[in-house]
Amino acid sequence: MPSFVNPEKCDGCKGGEKTACMYICPNDLMVLNQDAMKAYNQEPDQCWECYSCVKICPQGAIEVRHYADLAPLGGYVQPMRGTDSIMWTIKFRNGNMKRFKFPIRTTPEGSIKPYEGKPSPGPEALDNEALFTEVEGGRVTCKPSDFD
Amino acid sequence: MALPNKPQWELLAEPDLTKVPVEEKVVDALIVGGGMAACGAAFEIGKWMPDGAKVALCDKAAMERSGAVAQGLSAINTYIGENTPSDYVRMVRNDLMGVVREDLIFDLGRHVDDSVHLFEEWGLPIWKKEGSKGKPLAEGGEPVRTGKWQIMINGESYKCIVAEAAKAALEEKGYDLYERLFIVKLLLDANQENTIAGAVGFSNRENKVIIFKCKAMLVACGGAVNIFRPRSTDEGKGRAWYPVWNAGSTYTMCMQVGAEMTMMENRFTPSRFKDGYGPVGAWFLLFKATVTNGKGEHYVKSDAAKAELAKYAPYGQAAVTPTCLRNHLMLFEMKEGRGPIFMDTAAALNKFLEEKKAEGMDDKALKKYWKELEAEAWEDFLDMSVGQAGLWASMNIEPEKVGSEIMPTEPYMLGSHSGCCGIWVSGPNEDWVPDDYKWGYNRMTTVNGLFTAGDGVGASGHKFSSGSHCEGRIAAKAMARYVRDHADFAPSLKQSEEELKEEIYKPVKTYYENYQKTTHEMVNPNYIRPRHMMERLMKYTDEYGGGWSPYYMTNGKLLEIAMHHLQLLREDAEKMAASGLHELVRAWENLHRIWCVEDHLRHIQYREESRYPGFYYRGDFPEASSTDMDDGGWLCFVNSKYDPNTGEWSVFKKKLHKIISD
Ligand SMILES: Cc1cc2nc3c(=O)[nH]c(=O)nc-3n(C[C@H](O)[C@H](O)[C@H](O)COP(=O)(O)OP(=O)(O)OC[C@H]3O[C@@H](n4cnc5c(N)ncnc54)[C@H](O)[C@@H]3O)c2cc1C
Ligand code: SF4
Ligand code: SF4
Repeated sequence: MPSFVNPEKCDGCKGGEKTACMYICPNDLMVLNQDAMKAYNQEPDQCWECYSCVKICPQGAIEVRHYADLAPLGGYVQPMRGTDSIMWTIKFRNGNMKRFKFPIRTTPEGSIKPYEGKPSPGPEALDNEALFTEVEGGRVTCKPSDFD
Repeated sequence: MALPNKPQWELLAEPDLTKVPVEEKVVDALIVGGGMAACGAAFEIGKWMPDGAKVALCDKAAMERSGAVAQGLSAINTYIGENTPSDYVRMVRNDLMGVVREDLIFDLGRHVDDSVHLFEEWGLPIWKKEGSKGKPLAEGGEPVRTGKWQIMINGESYKCIVAEAAKAALEEKGYDLYERLFIVKLLLDANQENTIAGAVGFSNRENKVIIFKCKAMLVACGGAVNIFRPRSTDEGKGRAWYPVWNAGSTYTMCMQVGAEMTMMENRFTPSRFKDGYGPVGAWFLLFKATVTNGKGEHYVKSDAAKAELAKYAPYGQAAVTPTCLRNHLMLFEMKEGRGPIFMDTAAALNKFLEEKKAEGMDDKALKKYWKELEAEAWEDFLDMSVGQAGLWASMNIEPEKVGSEIMPTEPYMLGSHSGCCGIWVSGPNEDWVPDDYKWGYNRMTTVNGLFTAGDGVGASGHKFSSGSHCEGRIAAKAMARYVRDHADFAPSLKQSEEELKEEIYKPVKTYYENYQKTTHEMVNPNYIRPRHMMERLMKYTDEYGGGWSPYYMTNGKLLEIAMHHLQLLREDAEKMAASGLHELVRAWENLHRIWCVEDHLRHIQYREESRYPGFYYRGDFPEASSTDMDDGGWLCFVNSKYDPNTGEWSVFKKKLHKIISD
């Protein structure tokens, strides 16, 4: 089910340094054609249908046409990803529709402060087995014999 | 007439090497990969490295969506919670037919929950039981468990969240992040034997080569996909269960510098929904669905099935049947002509409704309940295998009305999911760990300064997303210790910048020197394109190495033929051609695939038994042995080592220690 780009909606990310879809594809498939200022999937048969490009495109220009060699035409799955939830629209070949909405995160995007309020055990703790957020003792430093 | 012999990619590779700059970076620690394990390492390492230390992370993609968790996940499969690390070891040991590193698994069980608590703190929604909604796990909130070890999440943004924390940690410490940088190979030190000194890679966005020098390195590039012929065809070939972009880089790069490998004969051949490769875990565990054969029989309960399982005692007779043996039973039905195998989704969902009706739930409440159930069923796919939802929509499949076929897929190599191939690493430096399992630094390979985690660590499966993250953290702390202890070490490389650049750009040179020699650039006797290399590899591993087409069956003779083909393929790899930067990535990915699957087959060849029926079979040795290696049996590890000085491979047995009682 390779991704494809709707030429009417794609604006080449306004000619920016890097386009959103090109930035995100884990398999390096999306590229921008500089002349047309449109993006395309350069190797559709290596697309995992991970929908990363679909979810990130600011123009909603990317969709997925399910693999021609195994999926009958007409099925359609399209997300709208917000900051705290995602809405999925599923259209069946026979026209039936389903919509689902799921939460995706409980904190604002970009708000993670990984070290705030966390301990800094210091070099003397480098030789024990506890991770920096863990306190020695209990399960962290248990041994198999504790459970015999 | 326009002839089709022109380079086809958008970002072309530069054949004039004087125009390709080389950058050299010197760091204390280098993290290769940006997946779950690497994100864990990036988070942990900053707290242990001395002030002013330099660290860099490089990922071939963008961390926000790279690796196996790109789509998200619907469950965290390893959360110990109320269980004990010892029970965790027992579960993993039985599922992997007895041969595992119990020290590593126990160690992971002690620490994994801490990573899960962090995920929740960072913003990952975790399902809670009625009564503890809104209460974090760390404060005693009770998760919705689907099985003894799994907890449910709303995980569409799982990777985005974990990557955000990792990137913020790197930034806070002033460490460097390189995305779209494909690491091609690791580099050994020029002066000190068997010691890592650096790595080299190239950008797939601009013509540039980067060389790193480092004292310690973590390689966590995931497992290997597209090494066996997929069941998918043509345009659908990107559909695999594990992500097609994990190309075995972890195994190959570490193997090439002499790291000892372990259990590389193990593979994971998951049973998944047919064609869409949708996961089945939630259907089995959460919805309690059953499988039937083509005759509608619950074949797993038959006497014939019980007799099959008894052949693989004690593992086959444990309360939970090992994953490979569940496949074995399925294949048994298929081969006897009793396919297809059906997951009875309709019966499962309707049973829940019937139960509620029987409890006296009114129509309105029932409708609401059904809506929730339906959403849960679809979310499972939408969170981690959207393609399966697309296939159901295309086929008009509503799971409450009809069941769906399930089928074992092509084999994958991985060490973090329900498989355990990988690298032989040191366990924790503690009294209870056997001496031959530890050499100072936790999760360090047998190459000094080279660490791995996640899919990279062998003989320790069932870590999954949370365990991989946690293992990256364990390794990161050990790396900091290694860097402290080797503060005076100044890495120096054997090859010059120019030599490395030429090696990496050789496929580009090969292409441009030859592409005009025929009228069709794909058909040219002077070179081989990456896609053809991959197809050839997958054809021969499938036919001779026990892929799906011969029902996962191989034998000594077939393996000899496979090895011959791989040898020819490795020779031809000298003539790989790439015209664009994207194709240059493909070229090196395929070389990584060839090496790791070759090691896989060497191990299968060496182990004269069928340890994992359902994942693969040795037709000439159909049984699984329960005898220790000292008595000539196979209840032991099989390890292998490639010698970078001589180019020779050795494969040998390694003693297994049982640490946790039955
Ligand atoms: C469909 C699916 C469903 C799953 N379901 C679950 C589940 O429900 N619960 C659960 O807990 N786990 C689940 N897992 C397992 C989990 O995703 C893995 O265990 C985990 O991601 C492994 O972590 P890793 O860091 O080893 O590899 P990955 O997360 O795959 O990361 C590999 C990284 O290496 C990078 N890389 C690769 N090669 C190179 C190179 N040469 N140079 C530079 N970078 C490179 C990649 O870009 C990526 O960043 C699932 C996996 C899949 C695919
Ligand atoms: S992200 Fe969307 S708008 Fe931007 S280049 Fe890609 S398809 Fe076009
Ligand atoms: S769906 Fe995923 S693999 Fe396919 S092009 Fe988009 S980002 Fe890449």
